[in-house]
Amino acid sequence: MTLSFQAKQRLGVFELDAEFTAGPGVTALFGRSGSGKTSIIRLLAGLSRPAKGHILFDGDVLLDTEKGVFVPKHRRGFGYVFQDGRLFPHLTVEKNLRYGMWFAASQRKSTQFSQIVDLLGIDGLLQRRPANLSGGEKQRVAIGRALLAAPRLLLLDEPLSALDDPRKAEILPYLQALRDEMRIPIIYVTHAMAEIARLADRVIVLRDGKVGMSGDVDMLLNHPETVVEMDEGRDAGAFVEGMIADHDDRYGLTTVMLGSQRLFVAGTFPAETRMARFHISARDVMLATRRPEEISALNILEGRVESLRPTVPGVVDVQVNCGGALIISRLTQLSCENLALSPGKDVFAIIKSVSFAPL
Amino acid sequence: MSWFALTDSEWVALLLSLRIASVATLCSLPLAIITAMALARGRFPGKSLLNGIVHLPLVLPPVVTGFVLLVLFGRRGPIGAFLADHFGLIFSFRWTGAALACGVMGFPLMVRSIRLSIEAIDRGLEDAAATLGANPAWVFVTVTLPLMLPGVIAGAILGFAKAVGEFGATITFVSNIPGETQTLSAAIYTLTQVPGGDAGAFRLTIIAVVVSMVALLASEFAAHSINRRMRAA
Repeated sequence: MTLSFQAKQRLGVFELDAEFTAGPGVTALFGRSGSGKTSIIRLLAGLSRPAKGHILFDGDVLLDTEKGVFVPKHRRGFGYVFQDGRLFPHLTVEKNLRYGMWFAASQRKSTQFSQIVDLLGIDGLLQRRPANLSGGEKQRVAIGRALLAAPRLLLLDEPLSALDDPRKAEILPYLQALRDEMRIPIIYVTHAMAEIARLADRVIVLRDGKVGMSGDVDMLLNHPETVVEMDEGRDAGAFVEGMIADHDDRYGLTTVMLGSQRLFVAGTFPAETRMARFHISARDVMLATRRPEEISALNILEGRVESLRPTVPGVVDVQVNCGGALIISRLTQLSCENLALSPGKDVFAIIKSVSFAPL
Repeated sequence: MSWFALTDSEWVALLLSLRIASVATLCSLPLAIITAMALARGRFPGKSLLNGIVHLPLVLPPVVTGFVLLVLFGRRGPIGAFLADHFGLIFSFRWTGAALACGVMGFPLMVRSIRLSIEAIDRGLEDAAATLGANPAWVFVTVTLPLMLPGVIAGAILGFAKAVGEFGATITFVSNIPGETQTLSAAIYTLTQVPGGDAGAFRLTIIAVVVSMVALLASEFAAHSINRRMRAA
């Protein structure tokens, strides 16, 4: 599957001028609010029409403003999961789920219905009305409804952003299962690093309506500075990847090998997962020059300061190399000077295990 | 209770009123839905003019509306003559004319109620239906129409109640012919004009109150049950 997108559009002072291609797997469109993510996904779905643009999906021209081609939204065959779910309030959950099946060109078998219902864990909700569902349940039904319409491509517009953390943790495993089992290409719009870490194969970074950078998620693992640059806001941090070594069911902890060091992570992963990827927020990492004792934090990693990078006045992002993995710690200028941090200095990075959970 | 027994002519007036009101409501309802859609969603030149025309019967004296209908739909009126010649549809001094007058008078009430319910619909739901493969006609039938149903039902019942009570436009347009155009209101009016007619007028008044009350309760009940289904407890 290949999708190529190119469009120019002006909406008041905001100008969208973006061009990208996407392949199979999960492609994340990342950016802050107002960066143009939702505009792009709406253009893909045919919900709006740009002044100039071209959209090609597997050789199928969906939009070509020069030739006057515009395939209307109901003939694109793209599933769309909206931020707010948008379930039909006058239909039961089951009728919501079956809505798109009426129109799907290739009739889905009823086995597929039960398969998707099982996958999303919504079989107990079928006779309920959307008004009686929790936010997380609504979003799972919305995902199931989009899937059952047999889409060629699934567009997810910040499907977790309207939910609180426990609800996010509830849906994320379903999204991972969806990615691994359904083999439908996904465009995933988000502004949360942690979601990219868990789900995305490729990432396209948007800034002020333009594509800033794009590439495999591995690019973010190897270049923490790009992660900082991508998101200068509260969410700055580093991506790390490690092999899952052990599960401790009693404490609900997972051990992940980060190079030679072990990292305890709160929460569990699907059984077949071998590699785990996380986003460690810079705000959750403390530094010490001596190994702290009698401290509640489970993770104390040995490392060496690589660089110091001032962000806003009084705040410094310290990059620490912990056995090959680069971690970022956000400290005040004062702490930096108290510890006399400078490149090459040996330090201990302290990370609370719960700061990884649930995302 | 013998004083309450309706005379034959009173029965005729009541049944005629119900028939006229039903026909007026059913025939104008589809047109009211289309007009409400155009006013709520459409963007076209002359929209405020259309809005004004739709609301005219609400603000004009009913007699004026009746006279305009007489001029347009009478046997020699431009529309009346055309319909009589081509479709054999005659309005003047027929019960059909009374239904037309009642339909016109109730039309603004229906349009207002339906329009409000259309404007309350989240357009995002229609987008969602379209991304699931529904073409615009299916979106209308499966999403828009069910969601505006409370407004449609409320509008239809309001229009029906208005039609049962209509007097001025009807009597001006099609006169007051017992058994043909003499509706409940016209019969009450006639009874008050003759000596000894008070008892009959009183009986019909009670019936008018009951019909209107039942209509209002039915509309409340319908709106309530639909709301409960959608928003659920």
